[in-house]
Amino acid sequence: MIKVVFTFLLLLSAQSVMAQIIVSPDGGIRSIKEAVELAEPGAHIQVQPGTYVEHNIGIDKPLTLEGIDYPVIDGNNEGYILVINSDSVTVKGFEIKRTGRSYVRDYAAIMIEGAKDFIIEDNRLEDVFFGIYLAQTERGVVRNNRVEAFDTREASSGNGIHLWDVKNPQIIENEVLGMRDGIYLEFVDNAEIYGNISNDNNRYGLHYMFSDGGRYYDNIFRRNGAGVAVMYSDNVDMMNNLFEHNWGTAAYGLLLKDINYSKIEGNRFYRNTVAIYSEGTNEVHIHANDIELNGWAVNIKSNSARNRFTENNFIENSFDVRTDSPRNNNEFVGNYWSQYEGYDLDRDGIGDVPYRPVSLFSMVITKQPESLILLRSMFIKLLDTAERIAPVLTPKTLYDEQPKMDRIRR
Amino acid sequence: MSLLMHIIKNEWKSLLRGKWVIGYGLIFLILTDTLLRFGGGGAETLLSLSNVMLLFVPLVGMIYGILYIYQSREFVELLLTQPINRRVLYWGLFLGISTPLMAAFIVGSMLPLGWHGILMIDGMASAMVLGLGGVLTLIFAALGFVFGLMFYEDKIKGFGFTIVVWLFLAILYDGLVLMLVFLFGNYPLENFVIAVSMLNPIDLARIMVMLEFDVSALMGYTGAVFNRFFGTTLGITTASVMLLVWLAVPTWIGLNVFRKKDF
Repeated sequence: MIKVVFTFLLLLSAQSVMAQIIVSPDGGIRSIKEAVELAEPGAHIQVQPGTYVEHNIGIDKPLTLEGIDYPVIDGNNEGYILVINSDSVTVKGFEIKRTGRSYVRDYAAIMIEGAKDFIIEDNRLEDVFFGIYLAQTERGVVRNNRVEAFDTREASSGNGIHLWDVKNPQIIENEVLGMRDGIYLEFVDNAEIYGNISNDNNRYGLHYMFSDGGRYYDNIFRRNGAGVAVMYSDNVDMMNNLFEHNWGTAAYGLLLKDINYSKIEGNRFYRNTVAIYSEGTNEVHIHANDIELNGWAVNIKSNSARNRFTENNFIENSFDVRTDSPRNNNEFVGNYWSQYEGYDLDRDGIGDVPYRPVSLFSMVITKQPESLILLRSMFIKLLDTAERIAPVLTPKTLYDEQPKMDRIRR
Repeated sequence: MSLLMHIIKNEWKSLLRGKWVIGYGLIFLILTDTLLRFGGGGAETLLSLSNVMLLFVPLVGMIYGILYIYQSREFVELLLTQPINRRVLYWGLFLGISTPLMAAFIVGSMLPLGWHGILMIDGMASAMVLGLGGVLTLIFAALGFVFGLMFYEDKIKGFGFTIVVWLFLAILYDGLVLMLVFLFGNYPLENFVIAVSMLNPIDLARIMVMLEFDVSALMGYTGAVFNRFFGTTLGITTASVMLLVWLAVPTWIGLNVFRKKDF
């Protein structure tokens, strides 16, 4: 009996030794492609430090590819670098550089197509066209990678983490800098995106298209060309993110287009040209956000209805709310508005007169944009105050009936 | 030079004896502290402070300048009988009264900002609001001097003129600009609007406050001229230079009037 067990153990360890393949610049196996061809399914390939000039490395069996001390895979500006077509692949600890560039094909540093249960983690991608590309995958994890490229033209740069037709992905604690879109989702179900940093991208920090039921939280989106866009999606939860310094004529902290039944909660919007832009958005609950020092806190188009803004802090935004509708189809209740000038006689913390967040001046500059130079002038303040007391030009029904007297502490 | 310092020091002493410069500083101290206690965070307070600053500092500066000319008429005329260079005397009197006023505003507002920790968090913005208040004090004290010397005999006229000028610069001017913008709305107006705003020191100061707090809104404007003006250092540089011009011109006019005046 003991003999049998012993033999079994011996066999087992022999197999695991066999399954471990070591790639090194001066060893027996010198290229990753070769190692992948040699490997049995389930093998563990360890890659020693060094530079490997290779591209189109196809991985068509389940295996673990692990870099020791960040070996460099240099694509030499040709084609894809890693192409994964098999389930249960792990890629970990590489520095991957220089993919091909093309206007026809989406050359990516790591391409995963039609695979399930993969893990891509701790990689550093530099000077790549697309970073990590997920197509028709399920249950993959992309964690703690850094993707960076500095092509300033939108047309000739790719997305950092690109998801197309994907189910249940997890995008966790990645850092994406200087790409076209930091994280791009199209036809993605139930995405879980958190702890990522997406800065200085040419277009959007995060771009949602036709992706229902996901949520993203605790992310940072900073100085992106156009902020974050969530479009044509339902049931998306956006929580505790930081949107800041997204400046420009078409830059938004958060752009919502055709979004239904979603939740925007606990986020901070700081110094964006427009903090929240909403077009064709219905039944979205915007709750407990801090919206501070933006150009326009909320720009809500007339085709948005039944959205609720509750318990947000609107602090010193140049303009609080802008709308093109003479009516109000949305609800503003119990927010704190730092420009509120009312009083609270019964001392219940709620102002006794409603606050009208659409100022006359915001309508004036829509008509004559040059008058923007008069912002914060005493004359304009007088005009605004007069209009607030007796609204003529601003929407009569758009007001917060229970404005808070003090900033809401969280 | 020592004579200049002597006059300045003498002015300081008499101002401190008069105590109301201290009162002026105390007003700003209480105001800033109250704003910080009840208004919430840094940006909110600094914006409220800058509103008060843009409205009242010019008024107080100008009234104070003209009041000084009227009040110390005998004293100035006595000094003029002495063998003192008029240029030195003018600078001595002007700096002697305007610097304490400036210091009262800056110190009075800075102390609460300091003990509430705003100076550390929003250092640049605080420095800008305080600095602008200081420069506006100097500009409008100089204007007050000019009006005082121009309407030396007719005090009522002098005061009236002061109030009207303040009302015009602080409030009505922007109304005129707005009217012009609407009248000539079909023409490219960006350069014109910037130029017109440069002609009013209060607007200049307001634009600099705007550049600090509202840049994100300004970047939403599509015009190229505005974007270059507000988006680069061009705006802040031009505005600063124009403020210095505004400081130089009234003091220079005041000096010339003072030198040539037959008291």
